Order: sequence, then C-alpha cells, then structure tokens
Amino acid sequence: MTKTLFRKIWDAHLVADGGDGPSLLWVDLHLVHEVTSPQAFEALRTDGRRVRRADLTVATMDHNVPTTEGPITDTLAKQQLEALRANCEEFGVRLFATGSGREGIVHVIGPELGLSQPGMTIVCGDSHTSTHGAVGALAFGIGTSEVEHVLATQTLPQSRPRTMQVDFIGALPFGLTAKDMVLAAIGELGVAGGQGHVLEYTGDAIRALSMEGRMTVCNMSIEAGARAGLIAPDETTLAYLTGRPAFVETDWSDLHTDEGAEYDAVHTIDVSSLAPQVTWGTNPGMVAPIDAVVPDPAEFDESDARAAVERALRYMDLTPGTPLRDIRIDKVFIGSCTNARIEDLRAAARVAEGRRVADGVHAIVVPGSAQVKRQAEDEGLREVFERAGFEWRRAGCSMCLGMNPDILQPGERCASTSNRNFEGRQGAGGRTHLLSPAMAAAAAVTGRFADVRELG
Amino acid sequence: MRPLRSVTGAVAVLDRPDVDTDQIIPKQFLKRIERAGYGEFLFYDWMKDPEFELHRTPGASILLAGRNFGCGSSREHAAWALEDHGFRAVLAPSFGDIFRQNAINSGLAPVVVPAPELAEVRAAVERRNELTVDVESLRIVHPDGLELAFELDAYAQETLVHGLDDVARTLQREAEIAAFEATYAPRFDITRV
Repeated sequence: MTKTLFRKIWDAHLVADGGDGPSLLWVDLHLVHEVTSPQAFEALRTDGRRVRRADLTVATMDHNVPTTEGPITDTLAKQQLEALRANCEEFGVRLFATGSGREGIVHVIGPELGLSQPGMTIVCGDSHTSTHGAVGALAFGIGTSEVEHVLATQTLPQSRPRTMQVDFIGALPFGLTAKDMVLAAIGELGVAGGQGHVLEYTGDAIRALSMEGRMTVCNMSIEAGARAGLIAPDETTLAYLTGRPAFVETDWSDLHTDEGAEYDAVHTIDVSSLAPQVTWGTNPGMVAPIDAVVPDPAEFDESDARAAVERALRYMDLTPGTPLRDIRIDKVFIGSCTNARIEDLRAAARVAEGRRVADGVHAIVVPGSAQVKRQAEDEGLREVFERAGFEWRRAGCSMCLGMNPDILQPGERCASTSNRNFEGRQGAGGRTHLLSPAMAAAAAVTGRFADVRELG
Repeated sequence: MRPLRSVTGAVAVLDRPDVDTDQIIPKQFLKRIERAGYGEFLFYDWMKDPEFELHRTPGASILLAGRNFGCGSSREHAAWALEDHGFRAVLAPSFGDIFRQNAINSGLAPVVVPAPELAEVRAAVERRNELTVDVESLRIVHPDGLELAFELDAYAQETLVHGLDDVARTLQREAEIAAFEATYAPRFDITRV
C-alpha cells in the first residue's frame, strides 16, 4: 500500500489504533517552555504522578525572558521562570536555562541542537511547533492539559488528521524568500484553509530552500489553520543536521510520500511570478504583494469577510487604495521562531549594511537563540546592525508576542518578521505588518514599506 | 473537571469570523502559574469597548460564534477564561484545532453547527434568549421548538459528560503503552545532549 509521509510517521507511532476515534500516539520529543507548563507540572504533583520519559523531554526559557542586559524585573515573569526551573529539577527534565549558552526560542533550539529529527513525533505547548516539520517530523502544538498528558504518559490521544499537499512549483525569483512563499500560500488558503489537515510542502521551490527557509514555511502552517506542516528529508536536511549534538545519521530512505499515494487535498502555488509579501490586516491571510494597494472591503463577496476587512482596516488605521509603499512605520522587529535564524539575520544585515535606520524608526534585532547570537556576532552581523542604528538584543520570543518588556505602544505601526498580526499581538493597540527579514530591514532604512529588490 | 451533561441558559452572540485566542485572553495574563481565575480577563481589550457584543448578554452560558473560532495560539488559558467566565458551550461553524481540544479538556463543549443552522439558532434566541445544549443526547433545543442534532466523537463526549481526567484514562492503558515501548525501535537517540 502506498502511503504519504505523514501516514508513515503516524502509523509508526500508533500505541493503539482508534479507527475513526482518537488513536493513542507515541511522542518521541516533548519540548517544554515556561508559559504553558506550570499548570501541567502542578497537576502531576497534585495527583502524585511522575514524568514517564524525562529523557524525551527538553525544556527552555523563551517567552518571558527580557532581551536587554540585566536581571529580570517583572515579578510574575520571574516567578514563572523560577517555577520552570523548580519543576525541571523536581521531575528530572533537562533544562536549557537562560545563561546556559544553549537557550533560545524552543523552535529554534530544537533543530539547532539536532533534537528535532526526521520521522519523529514532536509536541510542545506552543502552536508554532509545526516548525519542526521542516526536518521531516510530525510536529504539532498542544494545550496545557495535553502537556500534562504527554509528561505523564509520553502519549497523546489524537484523531488522525487529513492530508494536504501544498505544491510550490516554479523557481522563486531573485530577492524573494521562504516567508514570501508561505505568506502567499496563507493568502490563498485563508487562515482556516488547512484546518484538520497536515500539510506536506513539496515542489522544486521547497527543495531549493535551506533548512532555515523550510522552518519558516513549516512554522506558519498553523497560520493557515493546519495541524502541522512537514517536508520530506533530503540532502539539505542531512547536511544541516550532521554534526549537531543530538544527531546520529540513520537511514531515511523510507521517509517520503510514495509514488501514487493520495492526499485528501492538493493546492498548487506557482512562485515564479511572486512579489515580496506584506500583510495589511489583522490576520496572516490578509496579505498582498508590495506593489499592491490596501484593498477595498467592497471587493469581498461574503458579508462576514467584508465586515472583517472593514474592522481590520479600522484597527490598522488604513484607507482602501493606499499603496503599501506609502505606509510609514514606527518600529521594526527582526526576530521570532519564524525568522530569527542565522540565515534570516544575514539577509537582513545585507540590506542594513552601509545604510541607516530612518529617522523616527526604532528597530531591534532579536536572535532566535544564544547560539544564533554568538554565530551572528562571530560573522560581524552585530556590528553591521549596530552601525546602521539597529538595537542588538539577547535571544527570546520578544516582540513576537510581547510577554516581555518588548511591546508596541497603542497606535504604533511595526514591520515585523514574526508570524501573527492579530489585534494587540505585539502590544494593545499596536499595528503589526508581517514580512520577510530582508523586507523588514528595507522598511527600517526607508521608514516605510519598500520593495527590497529596488534597494539594490 | 466539571462534568457537562447539559447546559441551559442565555446565549451571547459574537458574530465575527477567525476570533483568535490572543483576543480571548491576551498575553499579559499568561504569566500566571495558576489554572483558575482567568474569567475576569476574558476578551480583555474588546471588553473595554462599551459597544462590544458580549456586554449585551451578561450571565450568558452559551456562546454563539463565527467560523474558525479560537484560531492561533495554543494557550489553553483561552478555554479556561471562557469556562471561568461562565460559558459551558461554544457553537460555531468551525474551530481552531488546538482550541477545540483544549475546550474539551477544560469542560467547555465546542459544538460544530453549520452556518445555515447556526443562523436559525441565532434567529430563535433573538426572539427568546434561552437555549439548551445537551451533550448526552447531542442535541440543541430552543424552547420555541427548534431542535438540532450535532456531532461529537464518543471519546470527547465521554470526557465532557463525565468530567473525566484524560491522563487517568490513559494511565489505565499502561499495558498497551509498555508493550509499544518494549518493541519500539526509534531511529534516533536524543539523550546525548
């Protein structure tokens, strides 16, 4: 019988096949962070339960940590980080704490340490766990009750999702990135288009991406509403993982979708005529090419979509017909589990080099992990950014969700390499536009959205 | 978890598509390490608007929502906040996948009702604001006679109706888990870091 890659991984992890109901699925790697785990550990304690496989559980500190030097001043955040440290000690879970040199955003350090590997099932109490699908793993986000469930049993009851092939055909034009590909895909699929599905990304444009690029694509699967997104491992995967601490080379020759295996749905996107993408609304599906104008709600057929666009434009303080290039910005955030890996920082630095952040714009660069930060500093990227007037920060989730002090003030407009432009996501009243690292750097130096390809 | 055989009460209407969990409970409330007490922060920013729809129906126990309700972040705090605020069921054409499971695990019934039927329910409660969502019989009943069936997989139904601890249920399957573990030969070893 021919199978999809998803189905092969699913079948190999079935503790019990539930048929049409939930099956019991084995979890190979459980990643933990401070925000969605304290109630789970507390429940274990209350019920006298242990962590079944602490050796398959890895924790880090990312959401709450300040990115400036000095001690943490937020008492609640501090309490939550201390709770994680105490819980990891009590239950014997490995913790890459702030200052360990291996800390960082959970979805950056997983692949970076070689923990995330082809063929695995990976879960984490964070929706962007789909990132790890880039190495050919089935990786998805879970809630806190499920975190407790995995800690206690190393399994999870799961109904089998459907599959969707998202086939990127054609060659990506010069100056475009994985972020533009995935934003365009979400624009086409919509923010619920992937609901109940695991997306498998295929096609020449995917094969041509680096691992960092593939992680960006898989990361945003959840923004199309998908359960997960994955990419079959290949030479690029092997080259990336080789030499990483937890990685041992094995045979992956079975880890691909068989010829003739059928997906429940197929979506094809031709990237050969794609332009850099910028979001204009309050969800990632509200996106347009840089040369477009802010859309008119009247163009939308369904009444609830029209109302949503009207509401989004009101929140974003944008007028239909305004060219995206005319929109001025206040802040720039280069960071997050979507775009804070070394390649992302290199792309932004190439644009920043020899230029200056525009007057009135505040731009920060937040590396995805302590290791990315060190590497970027070794490569001289920090100096490039600082000479150009960007602030260089310590690793963490930072302004992607503003749980630490890095937030937007009401009314501020931000060019952000993160994954969500929801109302208030980066700070109550803040206005977020999603785009690639190169486009974010271009916005920083021009003070408005600009086509990075025209900066030369 | 509180069992939920059936809920009867007033309905709050939030007719917007794609309501994300960042709106349901903003990030500043995720720093707490407790599981209770999130109700007062439900829709924190939207509640500041005196025109916000939810102000029209204080004390409602059923929420009628738009498609893709609860999309975005995996924060279970969103389900906790709804439940703590007094909601026991959310009716929507579709739900974010993670939110749907979080709701079940929090004693909040995520009830999928196709948009045309949901419009009928809405019309009925606009005439008379009372509704019953019966999780045992999988029926939605309005006192004026409207009655609809809905689907929920048997496992989720059992969890809600009996307020079951999912972890305890799986721990009873120790033999199955141990058997899998004994024969499972993963191609990786991540214990080296």
